[in-house]
Amino acid sequence: MTLGKVIEVLEGEVALNTGDMEIEILSVCSSDLMSDLLHFSSKPRSLLITGLNNTQVVRTAEIADIKAVVFVLDKRPDRETVEMARQKGITLIVTRLSRFTACGRLYAEGLVSCTGENR
Amino acid sequence: MADKNIEGSFHLTGGDFTNAGAASSELKSIMTKLNISPHLVRRAAIATFEAEMNVIIHAVAGVMYYLITPDSIKVVLNDMGPGIPDIQQAMREGYSTAPDWIREMGWGAGMGLPNMKKNSDEFRIDSVVGEGTTVEIIIKIKEDKTP
Repeated sequence: MTLGKVIEVLEGEVALNTGDMEIEILSVCSSDLMSDLLHFSSKPRSLLITGLNNTQVVRTAEIADIKAVVFVLDKRPDRETVEMARQKGITLIVTRLSRFTACGRLYAEGLVSCTGENR
Repeated sequence: MADKNIEGSFHLTGGDFTNAGAASSELKSIMTKLNISPHLVRRAAIATFEAEMNVIIHAVAGVMYYLITPDSIKVVLNDMGPGIPDIQQAMREGYSTAPDWIREMGWGAGMGLPNMKKNSDEFRIDSVVGEGTTVEIIIKIKEDKTP
């Protein structure tokens, strides 16, 4: 699924666009704990859905090869987070949806978990 | 791939969350420029990042030293911190001594040390209570069989 389509499905708003909306998202991670994310995410080019809103999210995304981060419950990233994401080339999206609903919608559209577990 | 040895070091300051992860980020960029396989870069970056975060969270200060040869990536982190009384317990998934405010920042899941081990080909940890902890992460380049 393209990043553009992900944004449409999540009724998201782009807080920072660092490039190609046609980039193919292969899997999704959802966590507020960064070490869980680093431990279980095994696939590159994935999307992170999180309720955590700070620069640590961007650092972790960079290390784990995550191309875009979705902040749920309308949480807006602060200036520092946006600036770091700009430097690292990570697109930031905000949705009013909860983590549960955001994940459910993408799952229903056929996306899989970044852990590689079966559907 | 590196055709000669490349080494360097970063100084880490405990509690400096503004720059937390910056050393691992820089090292990831160095490895990428050396055309090391993205799979290995990712493993090395995750292991290093976790080790760096542990220094920022728990220690007063530390040094991250790296040596990249045509055969391997070696990263050693040496900190001046509280030390780990029971390494076996600390290696257990989910075990954490991080305070609540660290958890609120997204850390302290108790997966840091297991993550370092999981992503390393060789992993060593040595700690003296009241003095500090040394972590050594080695990722082999030539023996990588992952596509």
